[in-house]
Amino acid sequence: MELKELISQKLQTNFPEAELEFSEYRNEFNLKFNKKFVNPICKFLKEDTELEFLLCEDMTAVDWAKRKNRFTVVYHIFSIKHNFRLVLKADVDESDCSIDTVSSVWKTSNWQERECYDMYGIKFNNHPDLRRIYMPEEFEYHPLRKDFPLMGIPGSLPLPKK
Amino acid sequence: MGLEAKLNSDGFLVTQLDAVVAWARKNSVYPMPMGISCCAIEMMASADPKYDIARFGSEVMRFTPRQCDLMIVAGTVTYKMSHVVRKIYEQMPDPKWVIAMGACTSTGGMYRSYSVVQGIDQFLPVDVYVAGCPPRPDNLLNALIQIQNKIGRTRARDFQNLKLPELNVIQNN
Repeated sequence: MELKELISQKLQTNFPEAELEFSEYRNEFNLKFNKKFVNPICKFLKEDTELEFLLCEDMTAVDWAKRKNRFTVVYHIFSIKHNFRLVLKADVDESDCSIDTVSSVWKTSNWQERECYDMYGIKFNNHPDLRRIYMPEEFEYHPLRKDFPLMGIPGSLPLPKK
Repeated sequence: MGLEAKLNSDGFLVTQLDAVVAWARKNSVYPMPMGISCCAIEMMASADPKYDIARFGSEVMRFTPRQCDLMIVAGTVTYKMSHVVRKIYEQMPDPKWVIAMGACTSTGGMYRSYSVVQGIDQFLPVDVYVAGCPPRPDNLLNALIQIQNKIGRTRARDFQNLKLPELNVIQNN
């Protein structure tokens, strides 16, 4: 059986309520699901002995500005066993701007989620250390949001006295 | 030969003490290499045998601000880094000078962005700006010569009313 079919079959039997959507774009296999299931799905993909997605390559978010579900959180995971890359997506709305952490599954996503929190303001529930990673801790804004001006907000970042 | 021959024939030399001090100072400028990004590579190149900053008496790059009197800020200064740059500047003993090396340091350069300070003259007194992205080593040497000329013109009275910066005392409890 082809690996893509295997993945979709396994996930559909294990997570029938996760609103799974499979799609393919430029030879990349995409999987969209309800954000409530992010932790169990990631855990399953990593720990299943036939799949073994051991590597979380990247994790970021997309700000769609005016869409109903404003943000999409994107995970790029990789199975070394099959030399296969999978893209996971989950929508997050601004009214409930949070999603469960996967840092318990892949340790590397700890800092990636901190970056995502810093730049987009998405909160990661149960994250062990959710602090800003790039901007100063007292900074109040999230720079990669579409409504943040390119040159920043005057006075929001203090300069030393001359 | 040289100075000895002059001293033998004439015996003494009359000048101002001020002028001697300024002459000595300008030919022994100790740079503080504040290399933050790619301009630092060109700054290092200016110290190598080809460009040879030692010809101007400035080969002693000190990595402690306490021993320097010229700060070469070479690279993109972010808002987060600006506090570090200012702190190192304040740790240098007076009198001191600053070179803003490269487009990023002088104006923010191509980083027209929320995180980059658009010119370090917003928080440091800059003496010479160096154009280029990054500037060639000979351009940096030109800036050093400009600084040397500036130092050569100084007199002791210029430094008499210097105020000590306000020290931020950090207490560790």
